[in-house]
Amino acid sequence: MTTIVEIDDLKKVYDGGFEALKGVSLDIREGEILALLGPNGAGKTTLISTVCGITNATSGSVRVGGHDIVTDFRAARAMIGLVPQEISLEPFETVIRAVRYSRGLFGCKRDDAHIEKVLRDLSLWDKRNAKTMELSGGMKRRVLIAKALSHQPRVLFLDEPTAGVDVELRRDMWKVVAELKASGVTIILTTHYIEEAEAIADRVGVIAKGELLLIEEKTALMARMGRKTLDIELTDPVETIPASLSGYELEIVQDGAALRYSYDTNADRTGITKLLSDLSGAGLQMSDLQTRQSSLEEIFVDLVADNGKEEAA
Amino acid sequence: MNLRAVGAIYKVEMARFFRTLAQSFISPVISTSLYFVVFGTAIGSRIDQVEGISYGAFIVPGLIMLTVMTQGISNASFGIYFPKFIGTFYELLSAPINFLEIVVGFAGAAATKALFIGLVILATSAFFVDLTILHPMAMLAFLVLTCISFSLFGFIIGIWARNFEQLQLIPLLVVTPLVFLGGSFYSISMLPPFWQGVSFFNPVVYLISGFRWAFFGTSDVPIGLSLLAIAGFTTLCLAIVWWIFRTGWRIRT
Ligand SMILES: Nc1ncnc2c1ncn2[C@@H]1O[C@H](COP(=O)(O)OP(=O)(O)OP(=O)(O)O)[C@@H](O)[C@H]1O
Ligand SMILES: [Mg+2]
Repeated sequence: MTTIVEIDDLKKVYDGGFEALKGVSLDIREGEILALLGPNGAGKTTLISTVCGITNATSGSVRVGGHDIVTDFRAARAMIGLVPQEISLEPFETVIRAVRYSRGLFGCKRDDAHIEKVLRDLSLWDKRNAKTMELSGGMKRRVLIAKALSHQPRVLFLDEPTAGVDVELRRDMWKVVAELKASGVTIILTTHYIEEAEAIADRVGVIAKGELLLIEEKTALMARMGRKTLDIELTDPVETIPASLSGYELEIVQDGAALRYSYDTNADRTGITKLLSDLSGAGLQMSDLQTRQSSLEEIFVDLVADNGKEEAA
Repeated sequence: MNLRAVGAIYKVEMARFFRTLAQSFISPVISTSLYFVVFGTAIGSRIDQVEGISYGAFIVPGLIMLTVMTQGISNASFGIYFPKFIGTFYELLSAPINFLEIVVGFAGAAATKALFIGLVILATSAFFVDLTILHPMAMLAFLVLTCISFSLFGFIIGIWARNFEQLQLIPLLVVTPLVFLGGSFYSISMLPPFWQGVSFFNPVVYLISGFRWAFFGTSDVPIGLSLLAIAGFTTLCLAIVWWIFRTGWRIRT
């Protein structure tokens, strides 16, 4: 698999002396969808801004399609489309002219067929002659996406594309992202919605305090770090956990109608067989069993919390 | 050179101008007419002639310069400040264009507008006074150069400004006084000797004097000096623009 964006030991210290990126190295593979997760102020936007030429790196290097973003900025930037986190549009300009303008800025010849396709894909065609200030927030965000796609980029950065977007529209956007991926575009998106990363990403990176804590295949990540829970529904509710079961990691849920057992999917033994036999030994009868895998969200919260603890220590 | 990008910027900027064409057109026409009524007719009836030229005609070059300079500055400074203000500047920074192309697009459009308005004033003036232009090519060259250099200057102000107050500050505090004291409505030779001396430190004097020479063949300072002044000012602005480009001053964090 070829690497399309190579970020090497990227550091960014803002003028006030704040170190927003503390040496991030990251290879982004051609054609993948990479989700960057991280709490507010982690450095996600700073990372994207530096790659896209909005912020100057303090040190380190970035190559896009083999082109250095400083010495060969034209070739590098021509490959990139950027949807910024903040919605900002020229208020008096119409949608279609705003999108054409972006294409012009990237030095591409006017191509009305392509612009029409982009606007149709984003359900903006009907609004093409509306002034951007007359659009709703979700529409404005789609105009930003249309602008970013106007010059047919090979790498697309989406900085929180679905913030403040309703559920239906979010699914539409996922569809657009999936189509772009199918056409070979590499997509890097930041998000606070873990289910978004879970739904569409191939790989997930976690950033906190200017450091890339982890980058991994989504499925591997979930398998590696995933914990499962087993809910044992009881025919007769209990109020306390029987003493004979105190050796297990159990909690009472559903007002005593069920016991929840947590276990690590990677452990050699899950302990389930023994637990079940001990249950009947304690005189409890089960009516049903349910397992549930922990989501990325839980993994993410754990990871960032652990990182905080390490720093404090 | 990414000419398409320059063209795109230029077109959008000009579109803004044409959207408000009536305003762009009417306000200079009205203000010029007012100047002629107040200065040309009321005062002119008492001054009669300056250096052998009727006062009404004498103020035409100064009036054009005054408008062209302030228009160039305000158009260019607003043009580049606006995207910074509303946040669309990111697009210029992330596009495969360099700063020079951004300057050419914005300052070029601002200079075009200023030139257009300058010509409108010239045409309006012809309704009020008899005008003969001795050196039309020189006149045009001076006009175009002034439009360009003051648009560059406005561009710098727009990059520098952090808020709307700052955007107004330099034009209001520096440029307007310099232009008014630069001999727009009088000949420097009409001043007492001390103020004549002071005037020669005002760069605008050289521009207006040179421009007036192109009309009437008379000037406060030698035409060579005027040329030097406008060339010097343009070079200075270009140097500052180049420095901004090198350092990313107030552009890239
Ligand atoms: N222009 C700037 N000058 C100084 N500090 C800045 C600047 N921009 C960002 N920072 C700081 O850098 C850190 C990282 O900011 P960044 O915007 O990259 O975070 P983020 O991960 O995108 O957060 P969010 O999820 O809230 O968008 C923050 O502490 C922020 O205050
Ligand atoms: Mg951000």
